[in-house]
Amino acid sequence: MEGFDNFWAVYSNLVLSIGINALLAISIWFTLSCGLLAMANAAFMGIGAYTAALLTMKAGASFTVALLGGIGAPLAVALIIGMPTLRLSGVYLAMATLGFGEVVRILILNAERWTGGALGLNGIPQLTQWWHVLASLVAVLLVLWRLRRSRVGRAFEAIKEDDVAAALMGIGVMSHKLLAFALGAGIAGLAGALNAHLTFFIGPAEYGFERGIDILTMAVLGGTGGLAGPVVGALVITLLPEFLRSFRNYRLMINGVILVLIVLFLPKGIWDPSRVRQWLKRSRRGMPDNTAGVR
Amino acid sequence: MLELTQVSKHFGGVEVLQNVSFTVQAGQVFGLIGPNGAGKTTVFNLITGLIAPSSGTISFNGQPLTGVAPHQITRRGIARTFQNIRVFKEMSLLDNVIVGMHAHLDYSAAGLLLSLPGFRQQERQARVRAHELLSMVGLDKNAYDLADAMSYGDQRKLELARALATEPKLLLLDEPVAGMNTGEKSELMRVIVRIAERGYTIFVIEHDMRFVMGLCQRIAVLNFGRIIAEGKPEEIKRNPDVIEAYLGRDDESETVSAA
Repeated sequence: MEGFDNFWAVYSNLVLSIGINALLAISIWFTLSCGLLAMANAAFMGIGAYTAALLTMKAGASFTVALLGGIGAPLAVALIIGMPTLRLSGVYLAMATLGFGEVVRILILNAERWTGGALGLNGIPQLTQWWHVLASLVAVLLVLWRLRRSRVGRAFEAIKEDDVAAALMGIGVMSHKLLAFALGAGIAGLAGALNAHLTFFIGPAEYGFERGIDILTMAVLGGTGGLAGPVVGALVITLLPEFLRSFRNYRLMINGVILVLIVLFLPKGIWDPSRVRQWLKRSRRGMPDNTAGVR
Repeated sequence: MLELTQVSKHFGGVEVLQNVSFTVQAGQVFGLIGPNGAGKTTVFNLITGLIAPSSGTISFNGQPLTGVAPHQITRRGIARTFQNIRVFKEMSLLDNVIVGMHAHLDYSAAGLLLSLPGFRQQERQARVRAHELLSMVGLDKNAYDLADAMSYGDQRKLELARALATEPKLLLLDEPVAGMNTGEKSELMRVIVRIAERGYTIFVIEHDMRFVMGLCQRIAVLNFGRIIAEGKPEEIKRNPDVIEAYLGRDDESETVSAA
């Protein structure tokens, strides 16, 4: 037991970061599963983090209220900015949402009276326990699992494949896109709120472009085909810098290279249920299968 | 049932449809024929709300469809297939069909999240119904295969089953036998006849004259955006305008390219 205590004393932050990053990777899964490349999740995380931190620090609210605020504020913002921006598709949506992210960052930077500007917020009470992160992750995964097996999950998938055909199946394309965007924003906000009460300090630079790319990398690396994908992606991207400590200056570059390699060689990510199924089938047959990947 | 009155559509200066009027009666198999580029698919795009008419009105069961969103039009009972197949390729055949039932699955968020009996029952019924529809078009044995793995002809049949899953009153078929060989054509024709016998109203766009003449009770002919003739198949066959515009030449020509 002593071994575990030592491990936990040293690595608890890292383990909890994995959980929070997994939440972030899931947050972008929602829009990706509708075929939307929305890059606003870092900003939503920031909105959630600042809302929650201000609630506990300035308003003296309980941690539960702070978490709910951290979910609610970005969700509401997502509903408002989603209406105009989600009409865009492809790279135009990515640009619009990146622009929104910058707006949020600069707003935080300049609203010094509330946010402390570039100095950030210091002395956030450390209220996040390990089980808060675990419970959040489990709850979000459960919701996701249920959603995927329902008409909502099927609608997301249909919209991703062909939104015109989806509309002609009676699916309200815009409302489902908005739902995906808002749910993702809420989960990113939850991750931000948990993170803020873990790290003692938050600043506007944490929620910029780089964080957005990190979130996308985790989701794409892990794969969006199955539930485990975002978690696997978060695990790899969070642990990688620990193993590559000597290359820390090149971290972003390495992340970029990983993203390119994954897109080239594993377009469906590390965790791809259909590929795993294929492997199982092949090993059961016990012979090489030349048609692998062709289907 | 479906009524187009003086419908025109122009894209910039190009007049695609000019004062098109016709009525599809309930229970009919109605055909719209015409050479490539006559504007046939545009008619379907107007009816399903994907584009708006420049002038004129389209009404369905007495209610105007102008300004109604595509998914609402589907919910009112109009389903279609596409000339260039648009199945959900990465989904199983069964899921493709169940997507079509989207508007008819009615369970609460709580039912969904907690897997309550109401949710489970509706999902089970949807699967049963999807299997029925797939066997109606002869694809039930492939229910769990990916749509992408199916042949061209089978994907067309899948589109048909998916369209039926929306529980339409009117079924729009956009060149259902385009690019099919003779065997596949007669097989699909049998499927469509079977569907028509079940009481669906069918509106079909087609190039293949034998197919249209054998299937439809009433036919309209579109040429350069205008209706040049409308009537029973025998009347159309004898109409000199139609013969000049369409039947007189090239009626077995390649039918894959855009109409």
